[in-house]
Amino acid sequence: MTRKQRRLVLIGSSLAVLVLAVGLMLTAFRDSIVFFNSPTDVVEKQIAPGARIRLGGLVKEGSIRRSDNLQVRFEVTDGRNTIPVAYQGLLPDLFREGQGVVTEGALDQAGLFKADSVLAKHDENYMPREVADRLKQQGHWKDDAGKKTGTAGKGVVQ
Amino acid sequence: MTPEIGHYALVLAFALGIFQGCVPLYGAQRNDPVLMATAVPTAVAQFVFIGIAFAALTLAYVGSDFSVVNVFENSHSLKPLIYKISGVWGNHEGSMLLWVLILALFGALVAIFGGNLPLTLKANVLSVQSWIAVAFILFILATSNPFLRLVPTPAEGRDLNPLLQDPGLAIHPPLLYVGYVGLSISFSFAIAALIEGRIDAAWARWVRPWTLLAWIFLTLGIAMGSYWAYYTLGWGGWWFWDPVENASFMPWLIATALLHSAVVMEKRNALKIWTILLAILAFSLSLIGTFLVRSGVLTSVHAFATDPTRGVFILALLIVFIGGALALFAWRAPLLKQGGLFAPVSREGALVLNNLFLVTACLTVFVGTLYPLALEALTGEKISVGAPFFNATFGPLFLMLLLAVPFGPLLAWKRGDLPGVAQRLMAAAGVALVVMVATYAIAWGGPVLAPVMIGIAVFVIAGALTDFAERAGVGRVPLGTSVRRAAGLPRSAWGTMLAHLGLGLTLIGIVGETQFGSERIAEMKPGQTMAIAGYDFHFDGIAVRPGPNYRDQVATFTVRRGGDVIGVMAPSKRTFPARSTTRTEAALMARGFSQLYLSLGDVSASGTLAVRVYHKPLVLLIWLGTIVMVIGGTLSLTDRRLRVGAPKPARGKAAMQPAE
Repeated sequence: MTRKQRRLVLIGSSLAVLVLAVGLMLTAFRDSIVFFNSPTDVVEKQIAPGARIRLGGLVKEGSIRRSDNLQVRFEVTDGRNTIPVAYQGLLPDLFREGQGVVTEGALDQAGLFKADSVLAKHDENYMPREVADRLKQQGHWKDDAGKKTGTAGKGVVQ
Repeated sequence: MTPEIGHYALVLAFALGIFQGCVPLYGAQRNDPVLMATAVPTAVAQFVFIGIAFAALTLAYVGSDFSVVNVFENSHSLKPLIYKISGVWGNHEGSMLLWVLILALFGALVAIFGGNLPLTLKANVLSVQSWIAVAFILFILATSNPFLRLVPTPAEGRDLNPLLQDPGLAIHPPLLYVGYVGLSISFSFAIAALIEGRIDAAWARWVRPWTLLAWIFLTLGIAMGSYWAYYTLGWGGWWFWDPVENASFMPWLIATALLHSAVVMEKRNALKIWTILLAILAFSLSLIGTFLVRSGVLTSVHAFATDPTRGVFILALLIVFIGGALALFAWRAPLLKQGGLFAPVSREGALVLNNLFLVTACLTVFVGTLYPLALEALTGEKISVGAPFFNATFGPLFLMLLLAVPFGPLLAWKRGDLPGVAQRLMAAAGVALVVMVATYAIAWGGPVLAPVMIGIAVFVIAGALTDFAERAGVGRVPLGTSVRRAAGLPRSAWGTMLAHLGLGLTLIGIVGETQFGSERIAEMKPGQTMAIAGYDFHFDGIAVRPGPNYRDQVATFTVRRGGDVIGVMAPSKRTFPARSTTRTEAALMARGFSQLYLSLGDVSASGTLAVRVYHKPLVLLIWLGTIVMVIGGTLSLTDRRLRVGAPKPARGKAAMQPAE
């Protein structure tokens, strides 16, 4: 093989791997990305039932209803709109009324959000980023999370 | 008084750093040995001064001096001593101080152990290292001063985030930082080589041990962090593809590529420009990681927008260092002469393939991590890119890389014999196939892809052993001779074998945990029993136990298998009054390499307890594999040829083995 051919093989295989990677990424972007929405977004964008989204906001005061088999219902609000959520399972340590929450799942026909996960990675210093931004936009921001952003779960340590 | 001494020492280190960043560099340009020699004492002194600053902050923590804002916000007088100390780096300011401390430590190590480095190279390296230190000390002094005082002095501190009061977290950041920041040395070497416009195989021999050292700690740090997340977050996940994790994983991928390409450069004098580029990229990704974690951009865009000083400052540092390095690279790299031709099918070719896959895999992580941020900044649309994305992109690329791993060490340099190598790997492939079929049969009706991945993992392990066994002459010579031969093989050969073997073990653990694990959630009253994967958990009761700065609600479970008691598990809910927060303490029980995992949910008023139980098959292999990799790396590091500062390859051409 000449030097030129060798170089061609090298460049050719590099391109092939790169194209493969880009192809994989584009496919994955189409299939596995979940959009974040506040309750107001859900109402305004008229999100279709069954579409997988993240819903985030505050857990409405007095809205948590627990029943058998770890079934729980609560409402997520951003002050303007409120969406009822149903979830079965253990809730994160810091799931509380009045605290920020992010849930992932889909709306059913009746407008009930069936969540299959409730995100746990926040404490009182770590408001989920999306929630904090929306609340800020809508003037509901009140705690000192902004001041203490350095202390988020794993974020602190690295 | 102590905090002021610390602050002053930090300012002195800053001033010294400016000197160290200019004078040796100028000396190298002028070829003035006196000016160049100043690099050594200043590098050591810089480390000493930053050490004093760090010690001062540590003393403030140990003595619970709440007049220091940083101590007040992150400590508590009742906290156990170990967490008072680990609290030093459990916050933004302190962790940045640790960052520069380690940076200066590496500079000092090069100064002390680099006695055999060419004078100009050493001067340039230490100068470049010092620029980084100056920039980050300035960052601390200007935006994140840990020595600020508070008037009046509060009586009690606000305590460290309870999640961080854990032995794993006490040592995780220092490990990770040694890895992260250790890559600065290869960066400084790369920049120094570009400044000189000259690079040779000896350069690779100097750079490789430092990269290896950083890589070992980075591997340990990532594994440690993953295990910490596994047992503290209470839901059994060990990797979340969280941006903070990715921030440490990307430098690891590139550092791994760099280790392999440096082998080619050392042995064959080829891939010089590429190796330099990787050295720059590895540390650039460390810096990007620092930016992601430290700027607050991940936790809240809001924080970034209202208090942008830190973020903008680090962003500026990123642009200066990464942009500057890449510009210098574009300008000077063409000066470096390429050498060492090789056929595509050869050891070099295999290592290029390795690099290609590692770098592309890193690219997918990079895109997945930064795309959401970029999209939000540009359009305001918020998306989450989670595990499904990475599984679909990083996963296939890495599996392809793993398939190729056994071939690399068996190929000859310059021109390899692929059919021959394939033949020698027949046995390994056979073992892998048998295990694959066996897994498929045992887990009949289970996940389809899992047996294939187990097969690949076994292939990697058997392949690593094949190469090693061939060289020791297993089967060809009497057993005693081959054992002696194996013992006599260069430590770097042991290193390669163990590192690849560890990789295979980790993959088996990952597949076992993700594909064959099971989970149950239930509400239980004392006296009730729940079963999972052949184990019965009997809920005995719940008790309250006080701790130094917390209160534990401990639930006790008796675990039985087939009626026999095999142990007691006691998960708890830990309440920290200082922050009125609760943390779940999971209970773990090892069964061979598998684990049972028990964590608690809420205790209801009526006395029922929400319980989550997992059976995690082979999960311990995930971390055991990384430990084997680290042992491999450490053995390689102690190889004579690689000993830090070894002047010449002790075995010369006779030992042309990779030492990754």
